[in-house]
Amino acid sequence: MTVARPRTLFDKIWDAHEAVPAGPDHPAVIYVDTHLIHEVTSPQAFALLRERGLRVRRPDRTWATVDHSIPTRFVEGRPAFLNRATRNQVETLEGNCEEHGIPLFRMGDPGQGIVHVIGPELGLTQPGRTIVCGDSHTSTHGAFGAWAFGIGTTEVAQVLATQCLLQERPRTLGIEISGRLGAGVSAKDLILGVIRRFGVAAGRGHVIEYRGGAVEALDMEGRMTLCNMSIEAGARAGLIAPDETTFEYLEGKEHVPSGDGFADLVARWSRLPTDEGAAFDRSLSFDAGSLEPMVTWGTNPGMSCGISEAVPAPADADERAALDYMGIEAGRPLLGRPADVVFIGSCTNARISDLRAAARVLAGRRTNPATQLLVVPGSAKVRRQAEAEGLDEVFRSAGAEWRAPGCSMCIAMNGDRLSPKELAVSTSNRNFEGRQGPGGRTVLASPVTAAASALAGAVADPRPFLRE
Amino acid sequence: MEPVVRIASRTVVLPADNVDTDQIIPARFLTGTRRDGLGASLFADWRRDGAGELRADFPLNRPEAQGARILIAGANFGCGSSREHAPWALTDYGFAAVVSPSIADIFKGNAVRNGLVPVEIELSAHRALLSRPGAEIVIDVAAGTVSLPGGGSARFELPPFARRCLLTGRGPLDFLLEREPAILRYEQGKDDAAAAP
Repeated sequence: MTVARPRTLFDKIWDAHEAVPAGPDHPAVIYVDTHLIHEVTSPQAFALLRERGLRVRRPDRTWATVDHSIPTRFVEGRPAFLNRATRNQVETLEGNCEEHGIPLFRMGDPGQGIVHVIGPELGLTQPGRTIVCGDSHTSTHGAFGAWAFGIGTTEVAQVLATQCLLQERPRTLGIEISGRLGAGVSAKDLILGVIRRFGVAAGRGHVIEYRGGAVEALDMEGRMTLCNMSIEAGARAGLIAPDETTFEYLEGKEHVPSGDGFADLVARWSRLPTDEGAAFDRSLSFDAGSLEPMVTWGTNPGMSCGISEAVPAPADADERAALDYMGIEAGRPLLGRPADVVFIGSCTNARISDLRAAARVLAGRRTNPATQLLVVPGSAKVRRQAEAEGLDEVFRSAGAEWRAPGCSMCIAMNGDRLSPKELAVSTSNRNFEGRQGPGGRTVLASPVTAAASALAGAVADPRPFLRE
Repeated sequence: MEPVVRIASRTVVLPADNVDTDQIIPARFLTGTRRDGLGASLFADWRRDGAGELRADFPLNRPEAQGARILIAGANFGCGSSREHAPWALTDYGFAAVVSPSIADIFKGNAVRNGLVPVEIELSAHRALLSRPGAEIVIDVAAGTVSLPGGGSARFELPPFARRCLLTGRGPLDFLLEREPAILRYEQGKDDAAAAP
């Protein structure tokens, strides 16, 4: 009898999905279990299929939603599309889904939402699966111990036509996270801290596995926030081993079997975690215990500091240019820097626990009149749940706009955007120049920091608001 | 996709590190449903000022940069989103290669699939190229070499399959379609296992 070589979580998923192993002149053919599509990165893929006379191989493994360019406002009951082009993208997706028999969550559908919020909600995101989408934040689904990564549109066409992708095997990077998150410090602060410490290119060529006590202590939504921003650390995918927390989340979800079927799945999923003695190509460790709420001061997600820390002096020309773009001075904290807009939303932080956390800060208080607060739930389901709990009332009474689900001001394609030089404290994932509107300035933060900043009308520490 | 074997061109230098896909093509230009025509929006917010006028000091706008097909970029080029609009915008503008010490993973794959050659070279060679904007250089895809302005050349690696895609103009879709029987066998095994009681 041979003793099996210890394998990582990623190794096990890779091994189970090699439809054709790598050869001397080609990478492996990897089978895709679940393919998620949306209106912005799919139209050219369907056009490619049409040009070549190809059909969608597995419409039953493909799910479509609208999220990126759709409006979050309705005027007289009708969606207020930014322009004809964005409306056309949505109609094009509708036509493509109809032609190929792909289930589509349209605007107003109870299952619609940001693609990375609805996958887990529906139970389509399951441990051990391969999941792809034409969106780099597909890494979110790795929270369940799935290998999930963003792909380009030509690859979307490949998956539509063959349900497969050619993949060079990525290296593995284990990040061991110890310590306990302090009060007012969340998974968002944790991932910002990790990216600050190891850099925006640390994960290039790698799949990250987040491990250790601080990761195990996170609930599923926190784990999704952590894995979501793996791409901001340069990695296409970030994974967390499935455990009881994962199984509990998945039980009863629409696309998860119940009864014996569920027990069988749990037994299978329980074999996925990295074996004792399995080696990562690289290993890093991080102490979460000393983190405070994080904010970004620059134009990439690695340019961040603790809320009470002084913005560091620029180390190079890029950092100088970033401070200049942001209109921020080094040498003192960001605290008190006026915020024109606060955005609570996106696939990073628009799930129900994010909205509950923000509502705890906002309850019974009013936002600063100079600051616009936009709260955009991640999905129709999150919206219904929030409304059932009365969170929408908390937000409205505080002075916030409570919108319909979508990507909204994270990517600013739908008209929700900053004006030049406006500053937003945002729970989204990217603070790139112009990301939230040309000339706009983004400070990335957690939902509680964003909510506190809306009250103060300026970048604020959430912790005093959480003590009472 | 046309085969890409050898690129001889002047360079244009954009030295900033971590140039992300939102700079290469801002999201507001992603509302189309076609692959072509995106060159006009390449680096839109760097090339033009708030009034829409070309910024004379932006490297791509200088007279000597016109017609250059090789972009010398900083480290971690193409980080950020998976939008294939980024390589579409670069090729539509006229670029055939991006040279950098490191190129982001998703962008690199997207580039190859669109005949845009991602060239990762070591720092000393990169410095030589940064210091000589407008230099005439040659990228030999088959040999995996870049000629340097001061003489000599630097090597760059591409996965063998990516190199073959560039040299032949045949993409992964053709390869995958030819593997249909193997995919079907794998798929049937998987579907049977899922259906098992």
